[in-house]
Amino acid sequence: MTPILQLDSVDKAFGGLKVTSHVSFSVMPGEISAIIGPNGAGKTTLFNQITGHLLSDAGAIYFKGENIVGRPPQQIVARGVGRAFQIASIFPDETVLDNVRVACLSKLGQTRKFWRSVLDYRQATDDAHGILASLGLDAQAHRKAFELAHGDQKLLDIGIALALKPTLLLLDEPTAGMSPEERHQMRVLIKKLWKEFELTLVFIEHDMDMVFGIAQVVRVLQQGALLAEGTPEQIRANKQVITAYLGEDF
Amino acid sequence: MTSNTTRNLRAASLWGVIVLAFALVPVLSTSSYHTNLACHILIWSLFAVSFNMLWGVTGMLSLGQALYYGLGAYSVGLMVNYLGSQWYLPAMGVGLLAAALLALLLGMLVIRVGGVYFTMLTLAFGQLAWQITFKWYDFTGGDDGIQGIIPPGILENGTAYYYFVLTVVILSIWVLKRMAFSPFGLVLRCVQQNPDRVRFLGRRVRRNQLRIYVISAFFTALAGGLMAGVDGSIHTDMLFWTTSGEVILMTVLGGINQFFGPFVGAAVIILIEDLVGARTEYWSLIIGIIIMVIVLVFPKGLVGEAARVRSLMARAGLGRRA
Repeated sequence: MTPILQLDSVDKAFGGLKVTSHVSFSVMPGEISAIIGPNGAGKTTLFNQITGHLLSDAGAIYFKGENIVGRPPQQIVARGVGRAFQIASIFPDETVLDNVRVACLSKLGQTRKFWRSVLDYRQATDDAHGILASLGLDAQAHRKAFELAHGDQKLLDIGIALALKPTLLLLDEPTAGMSPEERHQMRVLIKKLWKEFELTLVFIEHDMDMVFGIAQVVRVLQQGALLAEGTPEQIRANKQVITAYLGEDF
Repeated sequence: MTSNTTRNLRAASLWGVIVLAFALVPVLSTSSYHTNLACHILIWSLFAVSFNMLWGVTGMLSLGQALYYGLGAYSVGLMVNYLGSQWYLPAMGVGLLAAALLALLLGMLVIRVGGVYFTMLTLAFGQLAWQITFKWYDFTGGDDGIQGIIPPGILENGTAYYYFVLTVVILSIWVLKRMAFSPFGLVLRCVQQNPDRVRFLGRRVRRNQLRIYVISAFFTALAGGLMAGVDGSIHTDMLFWTTSGEVILMTVLGGINQFFGPFVGAAVIILIEDLVGARTEYWSLIIGIIIMVIVLVFPKGLVGEAARVRSLMARAGLGRRA
């Protein structure tokens, strides 16, 4: 099986500071995997490089066999890479439904239509309702996005990403800032979405229950470099990882 | 579904009442003064609504819309002046085309820079156009402006011209309203609220900004072209930055987050100017104070505050039933 995403010695430096250096790994289609590591290890920067937000200094990033380094975000999104952000990236003054509907319209190539009301676009509206139902947000469809609770805003962010029907979905700390109860719900939901939408899923997380609970592969970044890669069991037993990140009493 | 239909009906009937009221002005009043006033309100409303598509909807504060307003007016004024009255309507078309083309070219320049730099650049280009018009006396008439712009045929009649303006303005605002609530309009609002996320929807932010910049310029030039025939004369003031400023004021006063806000704002400012201007020569001071008070008391604009009160009342009503 060929990898859906392949990083080949990817670098990024800000001035003299090397944020990611010589990072190489391959993600298989349908895989659910986690990226962990201390703050400043370059996890989010790596996501930004994959999605075209940051231009890599060196190396290649292959998505479905094509090197996407140098392509702008909108082209990378169009090829099937979806993303949710560490701080929910939503449209605060629009309704929950419209937040997802605009993404559905975009997927259907209908964002240039200027004559009929958004309400008349049945396909996009039905798709949006379907996604909100999967996320459990349908009851709040007509509320303004800024009125949602923090956790629901993060869900909505994921919903916007899902509406674009990505094959690869990148989630940046989906449980950040959540209570233990919410974190548990998010863990269950992400696993459900992974199956339901047949995604290849890569998530950055500090919540170890989530990492070791649902990831098939765990990759550890430290100071911009890939420290270790393996199954949860292998990572848990890895001496270097314990010293660098997990701690002795993990 | 039923409540949706009811809401649509109510909105449509409100809209109908406004159109009817404007249509009745020449019938109810024998004074051409009132018709002229209503004409000013209609044209400024179109100017303000198209400006708000840029600012309130997309978040692009242009201080140079007078450029397109003046371009529309001077296209008509110059062509009628040099070629004759029969060129009036073609000249409006020329003005629209020129505005769209110029907006496309300038837009590609000024949209590359965001925020306050965009505002300053639009101001700079606007003032440049004003300077050229002001100084190029031989061609534009400079400070004298252009007089005797007579609309052709039946439109020479003031009442006929009024209905012409009414039709064009209502149709234009209707088109802009459809646009505001279409997928394109939704994308524009998203561009204002979170441009980064729009890129991650696979949409180009600047491309959409350029589209609405051109569309806004087009309808602004249409307002300018219509204005040329109202008083039969135009002046370089139409291109001065204060014209751009006035349309901002109207929009703020009516409410930037409401589609019809700028329409109401334009009407209120023109009526205040008319009422106060007739009584005192210090009218600009009085208007300044009135507007300051309105903005302080109604921070969301007149229409915005009305909508807020309505939703509060609706919530209270719901509470009673429950």
